[in-house]
Amino acid sequence: MSAEPRYTLYHPRWYRRRVSVWWWLQNRSYTWFVLRELTSVFVAFFAVVCLWQLRALAQGPETYGQFLARLQTPLFLALDTVAFLFVLFHAITWFNLTPKAMVVRLRGKRVPDWVVIGLNYAAWLVLSGAVAFMLLRG
Amino acid sequence: MVGRITPLLWLLFSAGGTVAALLFPVHLFLTGLAFPLGWLEAPRYEFLHRLLTHPVIRLYLFVLISLPLFHWAHRFRYTLYDGLQLKHLTELIAVLCYGAALLGTAMTAYLLWNIA
Repeated sequence: MSAEPRYTLYHPRWYRRRVSVWWWLQNRSYTWFVLRELTSVFVAFFAVVCLWQLRALAQGPETYGQFLARLQTPLFLALDTVAFLFVLFHAITWFNLTPKAMVVRLRGKRVPDWVVIGLNYAAWLVLSGAVAFMLLRG
Repeated sequence: MVGRITPLLWLLFSAGGTVAALLFPVHLFLTGLAFPLGWLEAPRYEFLHRLLTHPVIRLYLFVLISLPLFHWAHRFRYTLYDGLQLKHLTELIAVLCYGAALLGTAMTAYLLWNIA
């Protein structure tokens, strides 16, 4: 047992069953997992829309008008509806996972999960209200 | 290279996820649905343009666009590995994802810096 173990760069080829690319459709909790991971695509989509809006605003009223007209097309209304549902799904799962990702302690005692989650939802409500208030003034 | 900056990437993922969770639903609902469909009155160009002159608003928009892009880059990278079993393309996928987020960040910074 004194012999040094031999390390190789790659694993030996064990027998492994091939897993289908559709493995996540075989079980409902896997499907939810992949859908949750896919919310990032819609997050990126909306970040790009914001960037596009910023560019239109920088280029002047005419370009901005074209941007607004584009958002009214059925394609963008459909995309935005789907993106909105996915972004909501992201927000809810993100808030509910916070106490698992980050344990908050106060005077040595662990703050209960529901308090952390509740604070997230409260912040969400306040910030959403503030953004809506700002944009609806104009 | 990627291995060494993993903690930073994870931090950006986490910060971007929080920004997207807190702020994207309301922005997307207003800009993408309520304003185009006429449910609520959309802000005028002059109003939005005037908002953009404020440094705090510019910083807000930078954070609003850039961090969620890094959130996407990090999460989508692992979705591609696991979902599509593309483990052999690890480096290419990482470069493309983080590269796209960096590009978007650079464009945002450039626009915000140069808006009159």
